[in-house]
Amino acid sequence: MDWLTALGFGERGWGPALLQGAVMTLLVSGAGLAIGAALGSLVAWAKLSGVRVAGAVGEGYAALFRGLPELLVVYFVYFGSSALLTATAHLLGVEGFVGVPGFAAGALAVGVISGSYQAEVFRGAFLAVARGELEAARAVGMGRWLMFRRVIAPQVLRFAIPGLGNLWQVALKDSSLISVTGLTELMRASQLASNSTHKPFAYYVAGGALYLLLTAFSDRVFDFAERRATRGMRREAT
Amino acid sequence: MMSLDFILATFLRLMAALQVTLSVWALSVLIGAFIGGGVAWMRLSGVKPLEWFARAYVFVFRGAPLLVQLFVVYYGLSSFPAVRASVFWPFLRDAFNCATLSCALCTAAYQSEIFRGALAGVPPGQVEAARACGMSSFLLFRRVTFPIALRQALPAYSTEVISMVKATALVSLVTLWDVMSVALKIRNDTLVTYTPLLIAGAIYFVVNYVIARIFIFIEQWLSPHLRSRSV
Amino acid sequence: MPESEGYALTVEGLHKRFGSLEVLKGVSLQAREGDVISILGSSGSGKSTLLRCINLLETPDEGVVTVAGETILMRKTRDGRSLPADRRQVDRIRSELGMVFQNFNLWSHMTILENLIEAPIHVQKRPRAESVQEARALLDKVGIGDKANYYPTHLSGGQQQRAAIARALAMRPKVMLFDEPTSALDPELVGEVLRVMRSLADEGRTMLIVTHEMGFARDVSDRIIFLHQGLVEDEGPPAELFSNSKSERFRQFIAT
Repeated sequence: MDWLTALGFGERGWGPALLQGAVMTLLVSGAGLAIGAALGSLVAWAKLSGVRVAGAVGEGYAALFRGLPELLVVYFVYFGSSALLTATAHLLGVEGFVGVPGFAAGALAVGVISGSYQAEVFRGAFLAVARGELEAARAVGMGRWLMFRRVIAPQVLRFAIPGLGNLWQVALKDSSLISVTGLTELMRASQLASNSTHKPFAYYVAGGALYLLLTAFSDRVFDFAERRATRGMRREAT
Repeated sequence: MMSLDFILATFLRLMAALQVTLSVWALSVLIGAFIGGGVAWMRLSGVKPLEWFARAYVFVFRGAPLLVQLFVVYYGLSSFPAVRASVFWPFLRDAFNCATLSCALCTAAYQSEIFRGALAGVPPGQVEAARACGMSSFLLFRRVTFPIALRQALPAYSTEVISMVKATALVSLVTLWDVMSVALKIRNDTLVTYTPLLIAGAIYFVVNYVIARIFIFIEQWLSPHLRSRSV
Repeated sequence: MPESEGYALTVEGLHKRFGSLEVLKGVSLQAREGDVISILGSSGSGKSTLLRCINLLETPDEGVVTVAGETILMRKTRDGRSLPADRRQVDRIRSELGMVFQNFNLWSHMTILENLIEAPIHVQKRPRAESVQEARALLDKVGIGDKANYYPTHLSGGQQQRAAIARALAMRPKVMLFDEPTSALDPELVGEVLRVMRSLADEGRTMLIVTHEMGFARDVSDRIIFLHQGLVEDEGPPAELFSNSKSERFRQFIAT
């Protein structure tokens, strides 16, 4: 039928473009997750520090991004950072509008949102590290940086993996919103393909299928990571 | 630009558009609850083909971005002459219907997982006690399983309901005039970037805050048994 | 069948398998009205399974259960499994049996009073006012009359179990089944529950009790059944059994 042959088009015309889009999706989501991890650990540290102001700021940040639509954040970061960059450029004598590349704005937007959720994951993971292990480390005379490097960080990562796996999938899906900035990630590639061929069903379904592949693949990777990380750990309640 | 008149005018225009946002939200959550209940039932039915379908449904509608799903329904379905000629066309040609349907299908997947988890969390001993009293399956579900599962589902359900409010912003990309698209239009018309977006953000934020408080209230009202008591 | 006439409860030839493990290998018992029967045995002997087969929380593979003269009808599926033939009969007979569980199993979203009136109103279709009145009387009887509007989580283990006993009594059962009622309780709370059970026995209730409390079994039962690996090894009045049982295993059992 009409759309069956359209899917065949995938190999001939738009297949590579979609795959490139998928790669871009992975890159921008990964960058976003990394930014989110940096922000998230900062906020988790702020909340755990016991300093009330820091904790309050952390809480505010998390509450803010839990209440705002992701699309709004993308627009705000994109327009806002471009406006900032343009203003800075004008100060330096550059004319016209300077836009922030979609990748940077998109990764930042995804990162800022992801960070608010990652904070909770890290905080929970830290609290799950048995206090006894920390005390043992101190008793052995480990300095704070060494203790962090060898005891805290590995354990926190271990407990955080399930939550992070979830948030990675969220980042993948949120990255589709970056298409509004014009960045040619998978969503935008599907859009361009469908507009060009006038076969929206085929290409949006194909795009969706690629997202599902990324999701399924990520599931496997995180399952593997979790199993490796929890080697030798006593299983709690089964 | 930052004049009070402008801010007020923007606020009023956005508030008018809130009706669209909330309509899409409420309808999709409600319809999604029914579909989600059906999918959860299939998942727990013990009938292998039904279970497989339910798992596939959840995988697809949770794994693909909502934006893709919206575009498949709005742009994709309407591209088929067969669809345009069918009895569904009067329904599907309307952007509101397409958007709401698509959002409903998406939230149904998340809701079915919430229902499934809540039902699994009902203590089996209490179910046995109800059976031992001679309760029929229907009575057992109505008086024991459902009330307990409902209370267990509330926190996760609240999160999902709020997620849907945020998700409705995407309908701006399928030609609906919700808060998000009106804010962008104001920006495009007036070249004022921050004000409309900030006000839109504030509106979304307040709506979500109110919803969260309502759920907290419901949780407290339904769970006196979890609050501590001076015995 | 003539053997079940006049008996409150009879069980004949009960067999139960879990996968390849046969837990009950042909168990029979009879209880007359007013009998208090304690079922003793080590773990894995099948005592809980026996009790749970009586009210069909487990489905016996073979055997007949008769409650107050009414036999529970069973049927076999095509792949040889046993199932109750009439769900409504099962529900009805269950409402005539009161079961008390090891873990109380009070409904957590209802108050104690609501727990008690739930089945009388919704299963037995009794009027609400009458059910509430009876429930309050029962709560007084088991000693927690002032806790009627409390939720189960606010009560101690002993209080919860007494509430569970009251809940079973509220159904006006013909036979009461107790599945290790004190095993999940802290030692100091066991006594209050045993006291309630003893008073029920003194009243002339028909009771089947699976328990580890040997002192209680010896003092309160009319008969003791000793189960070992799915079969009745010995049974009889406590005085007889505890002094000279013909079963070597039972003598070992009570010695530990």
